[in-house]
Amino acid sequence: MKLLFNIAWTHVSTRVRQTLVGMAGVAMGVGFTIMMAGLMQGSQIDFLRQLVDTMPHITIEDERRSVPTQPAEQEYAAVQMADIANVGKRPGIKYPESVMSSLRSWIPGDVAPSVKTTAIIDHGGARIGITLTGIDPRREVHVSKLAAQMREGKLDDLSRAPNAIIIGEALAEKLGVKTGNTVLLVGGQGTQLNSTVAGLFRSGLKRVDESQIYSLAGPAQVMMGQNGVINQLRLRLNDPMAAQKVAAQVEAQTGYKSVSWQEANADLLSTFTVRDFIVLTVMGAMLLTSSFATYNIISTITHEKRQDIAIMKSLGMREYAVRRIFIIESVIIGVVGILFGWILGYLLCYGWSKITIFNPLTGTTVPLQIYYSAMHYVVAGGISLLCCAGAAYFPARKATRVHPVEIIRGAS
Amino acid sequence: MTEVALQAVELVRRIEGDVAHTLVNGIDLAVNKGEFVAITGPSGSGKSSLLYLLGLLDAPSEGEVMICGQPTSKLSESERADVRLTRCGFVFQFHFLLPEFTSLDNVLLPMRAAGKMAEGEMRERGLALLSSLGLAEHANKRPNQLSGGQRQRVAIARALANRPEIIVADEPTGALDTKSTEQVFSILRDIADHGQTVIVVTHDPALAARADRRIHIVDGKIAEIAMRDGGELVCEGVS
Ligand SMILES: Nc1ncnc2c1ncn2[C@@H]1O[C@H](COP(=O)(O)OP(=O)(O)OP(=O)(O)O)[C@@H](O)[C@H]1O
Ligand SMILES: [Mg+2]
Repeated sequence: MKLLFNIAWTHVSTRVRQTLVGMAGVAMGVGFTIMMAGLMQGSQIDFLRQLVDTMPHITIEDERRSVPTQPAEQEYAAVQMADIANVGKRPGIKYPESVMSSLRSWIPGDVAPSVKTTAIIDHGGARIGITLTGIDPRREVHVSKLAAQMREGKLDDLSRAPNAIIIGEALAEKLGVKTGNTVLLVGGQGTQLNSTVAGLFRSGLKRVDESQIYSLAGPAQVMMGQNGVINQLRLRLNDPMAAQKVAAQVEAQTGYKSVSWQEANADLLSTFTVRDFIVLTVMGAMLLTSSFATYNIISTITHEKRQDIAIMKSLGMREYAVRRIFIIESVIIGVVGILFGWILGYLLCYGWSKITIFNPLTGTTVPLQIYYSAMHYVVAGGISLLCCAGAAYFPARKATRVHPVEIIRGAS
Repeated sequence: MTEVALQAVELVRRIEGDVAHTLVNGIDLAVNKGEFVAITGPSGSGKSSLLYLLGLLDAPSEGEVMICGQPTSKLSESERADVRLTRCGFVFQFHFLLPEFTSLDNVLLPMRAAGKMAEGEMRERGLALLSSLGLAEHANKRPNQLSGGQRQRVAIARALANRPEIIVADEPTGALDTKSTEQVFSILRDIADHGQTVIVVTHDPALAARADRRIHIVDGKIAEIAMRDGGELVCEGVS
């Protein structure tokens, strides 16, 4: 093995320029792959974090996924009920306090009640449809990051003024209102409510910041026209990734529709899957092409070294041993290239993280989020090394198969 | 009693295809241990082809090559490689030294490939071989820093590295001047006198004259054998 390595080393070290080109190819492939992986996962994780921070991990609503079996059907198997509205009247969640305390006994997280309704916010001629969520500020802190997202005012300010509301910064900007201003809320039944803007929040998600507002439970129930109703329970889990599993268990226990944040954003998450697939394909292709230069070098060397191959075989070195020389050469090129690729990848990631970019999803200018992971380096390096070994294997196999007599006859 | 080092039985080598040709056409030959055999013959008569067969570099179409009594026709390519590595040393007209390696490293190559000796032992033997061929001060030169004769002597040292029973040489002096030729001759003679078997293809009558036996080949067949009898090679016709 030492002998093979020696021979391989003499071959690459006497072809400095070609070798450097090969190494540069590998380094570029690995470096850019690491950069892409860091950027892609960085933006994804950043986005998911915002999503997870902003949304409840699980929302339980006073709704059932399918029409409940009607009493008549239960009594008489022959009777089939059709056209039963599933949406119609939604009376709210029955005995919310006991549901919550029973959930709290086993879910790994916390739960808080809320009242969700839709309304129109009317200010100075602008009318914008919004979602109004009535919350309990003391319990809210356990299930959302709203308190941390406050830009002006505090959650407690909701109880300081009559019918106080907290609205998104983006919405405030749209309406041209400031903290302390009064706006008019118009409910579904025509109920009108003069509300004071008690605070502003920013979640980072445009769609939330522009259309979600918060009040205490009371005003929301007034807007709905149903006093004392709780129609939503929101859960926050210690591990957001467990939401799907927990949601299914909650739904089985309570019978109410329980939506995990993943389900609520299934469309977004599925575009991630497509994007991942595309990016992974491109990265694979990049690593593969980065070994083309190595293929070229090994092809050239095996061609130039036909005589040496013949003589080594004729002296009694086995074919696979001779072949291994060339694979070692490409591994030398690959390993050095990968080391430089790692440095390049890190520098590229670092460079990108200094660049700020306008994010249309959140409507803000933020530095690009880069995800640094040793896994990126290991995987990019591993694949690249395999590509290099493969790139050497084929020309080496072809060259070392040649019968030494053919070459020796040709040379004498 | 003389021991047979190498024996060829009914050796035939044919090339099939568009240019079908019989390179070696039924050769029977037994070479004793320590014997120095010269193979002569006109160009294209099949001398090189015979030598490749005897050195297990090529496989016969028919017949058998026995090395120290062991038949070789059933060996796999790797087993044949092992036999070449340890029991046959090759010298060609062209030196075929690895250009990036020094003389010493070239001589060490077969020993390292065999991997049977410690590094120190190998170097010692490599240097001893080189100095026995008058190359002591050239051990660290690369082939392009050596003369043709010196290169050829390095190639001989390499062929001797693993103490093979048999040395086969194909026109080893074909590209050398008179003085170098003379040197190579004495070296080969010396090797045979030390008990290794030497088979050499040559066009040079002077070298052939110093062999123990001269085998003349025409059209892939043995045409004439001359044996040393006292001082002179005496011809024995072959029927
Ligand atoms: N691959 C091949 N296909 C067809 N014919 C071949 C092939 N290789 C060699 N020959 C022929 O076989 C014959 C013997 O070749 P060989 O090299 O053994 O001759 P030689 O006696 O060594 O000649 P020289 O003294 O010129 O070296 C030649 O006529 C040559 O043309
Ligand atoms: Mg010849």
